[in-house]
Order: sequence, then C-alpha cells, then structure tokens
Amino acid sequence: MTRYVLKRLLLLPALLFLFSVTVFAIVQAPPGDFLTTYVATLASSGSSISAEQVEALRREYGLDRPIWVQYLKWMGNLARGHLGLSLEYQRPNAELIGERLLLTIVLALLSFVFTWAVAIPAGIYSAMHPRSPIDYVLTVVNYVGVATPNFMLALVLMWGAFAYLGMSVTGLFSPDFVEAPWSLARVVDLLKHVWLPAVVLGVAGTARLTRVMRANLLDELNKPYVTTARAKGLSEWRLVVRYPARLALNPLVSTIGWYLPALFSGSLIVATVMNLPNIGPLLLRALINQDMYLAGSILLIYCFLTIVGTLISDILLAWLDPRIRFEEG
Amino acid sequence: MSVLAPAVPLTAEERVSVASSWRLIWWRFRKHRLALASALVLIVLYVVVLCPDFFSTQDPEATDARLAFIPIQRLHVFDGFRPSPWVPDVAGRRNPTTLRMEWRVDESRRIPVRFFVTGYPYRLLGVVPTRIHLVGAATRDGRERLYLLGTDRLGRDQWSRLVHGTRTSMTIGLTAVTFSVVLGVLLGGISGYYGGPADAVIQRLIELLQSLPTIPIWLALTAALPRDWSPQQVFFAITVILSLVGWTTLGREVRGRFLTLREEDFVLAAELAGASQGRIIVRHMVPTFLSHIIATSTLAIPAMIINETSLSFLGLGIRPPAISWGVLLQEAQNIQTVALAPWLLVPGAVVIVSVLAFNLVGDGLRDAADPYSQ
Repeated sequence: MTRYVLKRLLLLPALLFLFSVTVFAIVQAPPGDFLTTYVATLASSGSSISAEQVEALRREYGLDRPIWVQYLKWMGNLARGHLGLSLEYQRPNAELIGERLLLTIVLALLSFVFTWAVAIPAGIYSAMHPRSPIDYVLTVVNYVGVATPNFMLALVLMWGAFAYLGMSVTGLFSPDFVEAPWSLARVVDLLKHVWLPAVVLGVAGTARLTRVMRANLLDELNKPYVTTARAKGLSEWRLVVRYPARLALNPLVSTIGWYLPALFSGSLIVATVMNLPNIGPLLLRALINQDMYLAGSILLIYCFLTIVGTLISDILLAWLDPRIRFEEG
Repeated sequence: MSVLAPAVPLTAEERVSVASSWRLIWWRFRKHRLALASALVLIVLYVVVLCPDFFSTQDPEATDARLAFIPIQRLHVFDGFRPSPWVPDVAGRRNPTTLRMEWRVDESRRIPVRFFVTGYPYRLLGVVPTRIHLVGAATRDGRERLYLLGTDRLGRDQWSRLVHGTRTSMTIGLTAVTFSVVLGVLLGGISGYYGGPADAVIQRLIELLQSLPTIPIWLALTAALPRDWSPQQVFFAITVILSLVGWTTLGREVRGRFLTLREEDFVLAAELAGASQGRIIVRHMVPTFLSHIIATSTLAIPAMIINETSLSFLGLGIRPPAISWGVLLQEAQNIQTVALAPWLLVPGAVVIVSVLAFNLVGDGLRDAADPYSQ
C-alpha cells in the first residue's frame, strides 16, 4: 500500500511537467499575443497607442522572445512560487487567483455536501421501496436533472426569481459586502447567497449519485446475508443502514476524488452565468484577452486539482479494494 | 425465407433460440416503452436535421428591428368546431416612454395556418429548389406572418432559428461521438489486441487525457480557434476538440473486450482456419461487442450536446451567424431580456428533451445489448 502511494506520488511531478507544457502550448496557440488584443480593444474604444510604445511593452513583458524562453521563464518563476503578473490587471496573478480560489473551493465543497446529503438518503429510499410512487417521482427527477445543463437551470432560477419575486440572485455578496474586508458579517452574507449556486451546481451530480446508489443497493439487497439478517428479526431500517448501505457506498466513496475536480471545472460555466466572483469568469476573461500567464496559471491549478483528485480516488480505491492493491503491488 | 424454413410454426421458445442476436436486441428494446418513445422523438429530430428549411416558417436570418420581441402566438387547432388551425394576429405599438415595441394579441383577427404553403426559396436537401414549407400563414398578401415561438431582439423568427439550431447541435453530437468511436475502437483495439509497448503507450495517453480538467481545457482550446475561421471550420474544430477526450472511456472498454476475447476458443479456431488478422477482428471479434459500443456511444451523445451548448453559450463554441442551441441561448443571457421575453428560454427546453431522449434510448439499448443475459 505504501509502495503504491509512493509510486503514484513520484509520478506527480512528471505529470505536472507534461501538463505545464500542454497548457503553455494551448494558451500560446491563438494568433497574436496579449498586445495585439490590447491594441484592438483600445482601437475599438477610440484611443490608440503608438507602435514604439507597443514594441517597448512587448519587450518589457518578454513577448518578443522565442516561445521556449517564455516557457522557461514562466516555469522558473513557478518553481520559485511566483505565478507572474497579469498583463491585463497589472497585478500579481497569485493575488488575483488567491481571493477567488477560496470562494471556488467553498462553493464546490458546499455543493458536494448538498449532493451527498440528498443523494444517499434518496437512493436508499428508492432502493428500499422500488416501484413505489416516490421511487417513480425520484427517477423522473433524476432523469431530468441529468439532462439539464447547469447553466440552463441557473438561467431559469434567475429568471423566476427576477420575474416573480423581483429579486436578483446573482453574485455571492450583497452590494454592501462586495468590496468589504472579511468579517463575520461578510461570511454570514456569503452563506445567504452561496446556497443557490451550490444547489444549481450539484443537481446533475445528485441525480447521477442517486441512481448509482439505488442500483448498488438493489444489488446488495438480494444477497443471502440480508435475508439472514431479516430472519434474525432485525428491523428493516437498521438492517439496511448497517450492512448493505455501507457496501453500496464503497464504489461511490472511491469516486469522491473524481467528483471534486469536476465540481471545480463545472462551476466555471455556472459562475459566468450567475456572475459569481470565483475563478471561472477570471479564466474566461484571461483566455479571451490572451492574458496568457494568468490563463496558464489558472489552467495549471485546475490540472493540479484534477491530478490530486484522481490520486485521492485511486488511493481510496486501493484501500477499499484489496484486489487492486495486489495487482499493482 | 430460406429453404430450410420449418413447415410448422415455431413456438415462442423456439423462435427465441433461432433468432439472430440483433433480433433479440430489438425484441428486448421494444419492451422498454419509454426508450421506444424516445427513439421516436430522436427520429423526428433527425428528420428535422435533414431539411430544416422545410420545417421553417421564415428565413432564420431575416432581421427586422420593428418586429423585435413578438410573443408566442398561441396555436388554435379548431375554429369553432371545424378543424382549421389559426393563430391570433399581433398588433404592435411603440411605447412613447420606453421606446420599446409592445405587442398585443388580437384574438378577433385570425391568421389561418395551413400545411404546405409557399414561403422563402431554399433548396430541399441542398439540391431541389423549392418554396414549399411544411406550415405557414395562409394569407393573400403575405403581410401577416406566423411566429410559433415569437421573435428575438432582432426580430428573427425563433421557431425557424430553433429548427436550424437543431441541425447544428444534433449533428455535432453525432459527429463528435462518431469521431470518438473511431478513435476509441482503433486505439483501444490496437492496445488490447497487440498488447506490449503499444498497449503501454496508449494506456498512458488515456490516463493523461483523463486527468485533464476537461471544461477548462475545452474553453482554452476553443478560445484558441482563430476568429476569422468560417463556420464550417469552427464546427469541425469543435467536433474534434469534443471527441479528443470522449474517446478515452470507449478506448478502455474496447481494450478490455479485446483482452478477454483474445483468449476465446472461437478466435483460436479462426486463427487455425487461416483467417487473416483483419478478418478475425472485423468478422469475429467486433460483432460480439458492437451492440455495447452502440449503447455506450448513444449514452455519450447527450454529454457532447450539453458541452457544445455550454461552450457556445459562453461565446466560445459555435459562433454566429451559424446557429446552434447554445447560440440561441446566448440571447437569453441577460436576465432583464428574459423577463421581458421568456420565450427565449424555449431552446433550453429542446436541449433537455433531446438529451433526455438520448439518455433513455441509451439506457434501453444498454439493457437490451446483452440479449442472452436475464
């Protein structure tokens, strides 16, 4: 087990290196660079900038150097813990990302808690009462939940709240708290706003999880040990929760690591629609404006989260399922 | 019928034992009422994909700012008791303070709706020039028009745009999955059949692709597409980008199948009989898991459709003037606009219906795919 984990951990830097090359190639791919976009934006707003100034800026940002020099410079800075400077905001990327990363993680975790808190009981109920009216209702809700793109759900909720309740459900803070420093009141304000995006983000996952839980538990309920337990006179509820439910949870627990990174990436689209101040809209803007070091850093953070997530699920899986442990041994 | 057809009618049990596996799959699938109904929905949608202009009531690109935000005209099937479909006319007046057109439904003036009316010219299936459309307003002067789903901020008819968007979105789902299937079967097949170094390389590649954060990478890739590309180029590029990650799951599955099948007796028998490798793969191995591939890829299409819609919605996928469901939903991005014109959300409902249909058909196929299991 230790050897397996160590082996995986040793692979981590190699993977990160590969991803950093890929990410850099992708953010470099669009024709032109940040300055061409910048000049175009200036031109469309009526102002202009002289060719010498553009050249001077290009030299200052190092955009005139060969690509591999730019890459090495970026990597060198990363190795020393510097994420570089955002060309557009003229602020350190670490600062820009830092404040938003926290909100991204809070949102993903809340959504995760919502998913499990709803899906597991719903799945257990459905499996214990198969073909009951509530089971059918849950099945329909699940199918629709999986089929609805989460930005669509966000749009409908925002429209409903606006048209019928006259309120705006965008953002994560009330206007008074948007720029305020962190305080207890701000946290309370955040909690008042964050639940709706968390639910929107979690609906598809909840639907999927409920179906898997139902199917897994149904498989377990037919096994002889359940009959034995029932014959011994154990109450139905205790019997299900104590043995088969735990077994049915195993495969789900091992996918936690895959699920969290998916939530981080998934929040990107919802955040753009609902105007949430998390990492998603920042990435989108950076990509469109070719603010490549900012975009590159964010993409690399996503990659890192995904790799760590996969690692966690693989370790959980190996821990839960001895067959995998021995095979890799 | 073959010469060997038995003279006595078969009993139900005998029919099952002599039926081909495709027939068994069909019998099983047929029992799944919801899946069958969903398959019907998909067939209708793909008929629309074949000739969207025929189903349009107006030119999807025709703009007229004076006709902006016309609400949905409710379609009445009966005129009194006579089956004669009509829609009420709408009358617009500009509000002097907001300068916005305000539309009022005028139930007293009825616009008759007829089948096979003449409208804007187009080419049926891209070949036959015609002016015939499935439905339309039957009026003498052609002034009154039909807005089954209202109009958007540029006065474009949403029904016609939705029909054209259906073509793009449904095709993208299908082609992206076809690409993934080709890649997945090819690379997964090589990996599983030959093993060794090829297997190791392909497995590492799959692991690498699967640990990429898909949505951010897709965004970055689509943002990198040159702005001056034609809609066809963008369409093709998006398809490739979507299938770049999509093939990995299938590749793994195919590899697993090949690994187990390689040891089967019938493969050995074919080898001993002198069949070529290509023949063994195509004739003996692939048919045993073809139904699984079809089921898996049907279940992969909805994800592709949702992804395309999301990307286009963010302005990074299909770009106007091309029309897709995501492009249509872009019109609904501003919540004030949606409050004013809620019918702009209708394309979202169509996305949900089609994804639902694909999921149900996929589930039905998956259950039916293994005809010999109980």
